[in-house]
Amino acid sequence: MTTPLRLDVRRSARGGESDFELSLDVPSDLGYVGPAVELIAQRFTRGVLSPRRVRFNLRTALAEALANAIAYGNRHDPRRVVHVRVEAGRDAVHIHVTDAGQGFDPAAVPDPTLPGRLEREDGRGLFVLRSLVDHVAFSAAGNSICLTLRAG
Amino acid sequence: MTFSLTKSKNGVVVVGVDGQLIVGNRQDLKQKVLDALEAGARKFVIDFTKTGYIDSSGLGVLVSLSKKIREQGGDLRLAGLNEDLQTLFELTKLDTLFSITSTPAEALAAF
Repeated sequence: MTTPLRLDVRRSARGGESDFELSLDVPSDLGYVGPAVELIAQRFTRGVLSPRRVRFNLRTALAEALANAIAYGNRHDPRRVVHVRVEAGRDAVHIHVTDAGQGFDPAAVPDPTLPGRLEREDGRGLFVLRSLVDHVAFSAAGNSICLTLRAG
Repeated sequence: MTFSLTKSKNGVVVVGVDGQLIVGNRQDLKQKVLDALEAGARKFVIDFTKTGYIDSSGLGVLVSLSKKIREQGGDLRLAGLNEDLQTLFELTKLDTLFSITSTPAEALAAF
């Protein structure tokens, strides 16, 4: 982990007091997941999401999405980056995480809580993600995920 | 994010997780616990009192360590999960795989 992360912060065009946008490129190295999550979470110290949801839901969901994008999307390729775009508004926060991979079919991921899969080490990421945010959407190509956390 | 290992009087290794247990540091935890297992320890408590969040790969490492420790005739228990982390274990049904107590002291007393 040598490249410094640069978070771009701008007021949203809609101009509301609590509206802003964040943009961050994360190298395809899992060592960046923790620092990238902190950099973004620190922008939510007050406002649209409760401290508890920032501490747990936002941090965990973002860590899952980044790890998936780096490992499965970009396959740890150092020439590829993961792009994160956050839109914070009065009613909700939308987090878009986009990788440069081929995408995948989220419907094909098996349920990790089935008895035969419970003792497996991997395969829980998407399940955890879905349970932590209010809405999850994928781009048609499957290489971009949008997480929505409603205000509160 | 650091891990501290301390050995209690009755030989139980208590591992404190300070910060988060995620994809970027899980190997460090795994190695520390496996080293202690190699050195002869069999009873482990992982203390999450100071843990903010755990991601799915952190959960995965706990599953794999628990299996390895059981294979050696040992046991791994979890303690100090806050309400959100407890919910995460329940949602993923991992609460059925682990013995979970509210404090590390309770986990130690139960060994």
